[in-house]
Amino acid sequence: MTQRAMTLSVKIASVAVFLAIVFIAVPVLIAASGRTDLYYTLTSVALLSIASAGVWLTFYIGRINIGQGAYALMGGYVSAILVVNHGWSFWPTLPVAGLFCAAASVLIGLPILRLRGVYFAMVTLTLTEVARLLALALPITNGAKGMVSIPLPGALSVFGLTIIPDFATLRNSRLAFYLLAVTLMVVCFAVMYRLVHSRIGKLCQSLQQNEELASSIGVNIAYLRVIAYAVSSFFGGVAGAIFAAISQSIYPSSFTVTDSVNFMLNCFLGGLGYVFGPMLGTLVLYFGWDLLFQTGQFQLLIYSGLMIVLMLVLPNGLLSLAAPTRKN
Amino acid sequence: MVDLLEVSGLTKRFGGLVAVNNVSFSVREKEILSVIGPNGAGKSTLFKLISSFLRPTSGEVRLKGERISNLAPHIAARKGVVRTFQETTIFKNMSVRDNVIIAHHLRSRANLFGFFLGTVAAKADEAAFGQSADDILALLGLASLAGETARNLPHGHLRALGIAIGLATNPSILLLDEPFAGMNHDETMRMVSMVRRLRDLGLTILLVEHDMPAVMKISDRVVVLNFGQKIAEGTPPEIQANDKVIDAYLGSEDEAIGL
Repeated sequence: MTQRAMTLSVKIASVAVFLAIVFIAVPVLIAASGRTDLYYTLTSVALLSIASAGVWLTFYIGRINIGQGAYALMGGYVSAILVVNHGWSFWPTLPVAGLFCAAASVLIGLPILRLRGVYFAMVTLTLTEVARLLALALPITNGAKGMVSIPLPGALSVFGLTIIPDFATLRNSRLAFYLLAVTLMVVCFAVMYRLVHSRIGKLCQSLQQNEELASSIGVNIAYLRVIAYAVSSFFGGVAGAIFAAISQSIYPSSFTVTDSVNFMLNCFLGGLGYVFGPMLGTLVLYFGWDLLFQTGQFQLLIYSGLMIVLMLVLPNGLLSLAAPTRKN
Repeated sequence: MVDLLEVSGLTKRFGGLVAVNNVSFSVREKEILSVIGPNGAGKSTLFKLISSFLRPTSGEVRLKGERISNLAPHIAARKGVVRTFQETTIFKNMSVRDNVIIAHHLRSRANLFGFFLGTVAAKADEAAFGQSADDILALLGLASLAGETARNLPHGHLRALGIAIGLATNPSILLLDEPFAGMNHDETMRMVSMVRRLRDLGLTILLVEHDMPAVMKISDRVVVLNFGQKIAEGTPPEIQANDKVIDAYLGSEDEAIGL
């Protein structure tokens, strides 16, 4: 009991430290060093880690998902179209984009989630390309020109009380976007943590480890798979919607197959067995890629080589270093 | 005794091959009924048909009068027909206890969202499942291994874990797929007494099996299949004296049919 209380206090302390770093230390340090460009980088990391968290969840039910880019693109367009063409405020488009993607993923997922292994991976890989081509072809998405000059998010008030100020009036909209992205990332990973550590997580694991056995004990595997995939796509859509708002534009090439592959790599790198794997993986991969920029033409070669070595040496991801013994 | 499960006119064709041909029999409450037959007799197909892992070409399976064939496997499980698997079909990377806890799925009162929120009902479910899992593990002699990761278990214990998972679903009838396969004599005898004990606790058991001596020892009644058709049904002594059965096993030693 005391040990349990101790691990609980350790958990609370880690969460407090993490929150202090992302909400206080990072803004203070950036203000002190004057490197405001880092806001954009860190905002991207936060958003990409939300999309990667979705991919991680599909890994958790035993499916290799290389199609998250499709939902990020879809979410971005849904938000942009609602704001630009229909005069919506940005804020309600955020959940709407997520729900739209979740609904679309249910329709797409029902047939394709029956596939396993490399077959599912291949189909999802093409999804991103299909999404890009659709964005090019559909009249509502404005083709290759994309949607540009999307207004910044306006004020959000509830009962006349302004919770979030109009981004356009802010002196430092970069900081505002950073705080928005990080807040959503914290919420997203809190939800994921709760999912995985509740009975639902165990049910997802049961799918991953043996679908036949899971259905023999009465688990509705088709239903559970679709639910997990919908949650995954919801995260992808939300991340895409904020991306569109930050860059104030969205193009068919905003999210490509490369992005989908990166979302997957983030999960691999961080660790498929750890909820916070995609967060760490995204951070390391994003900064790692930038650091390797110095090496010029060898950037991709070194990057790919390192990834291969890491997968060989640390098949369970970076977080397996921190938690090597999970009770034998 | 009351018929719990009725199999009537069950047929399964795979292209030109008739794997199971117009098989009918019934399983009475609280009995152990074994289905035996030479290799390729259609035992495994019949097993999958009854557990709804395959859909019959014709015929049907009824549990307490309610049709359960042509359903999805998880719905058949909900109605009370639960199967185990041959070999190592378990949740390998979970602890033994978690394997059994997760198998309580059908007994949960809270829904998925309730488990996410951690409602009162969900917490009550969790506590009840943990308690029940401990009881089941103790019953099957697995209590000391509760914390072990399932894939590290030795062969005989894996089979017992498979049965524990089946028991956790609280089935009306438990279907065992070759529970004695690959076991030595001692392990087989231990498994025989374990299955007997389950029956004594009030469970109805249908098993498909190769190991004739074990079948003769354990069964209340036996159904014999050959080339997809039922050729005999009766108590173990009746089966051992049946000419058709002896013909089907012609060429094998007497001990193959437990004599």
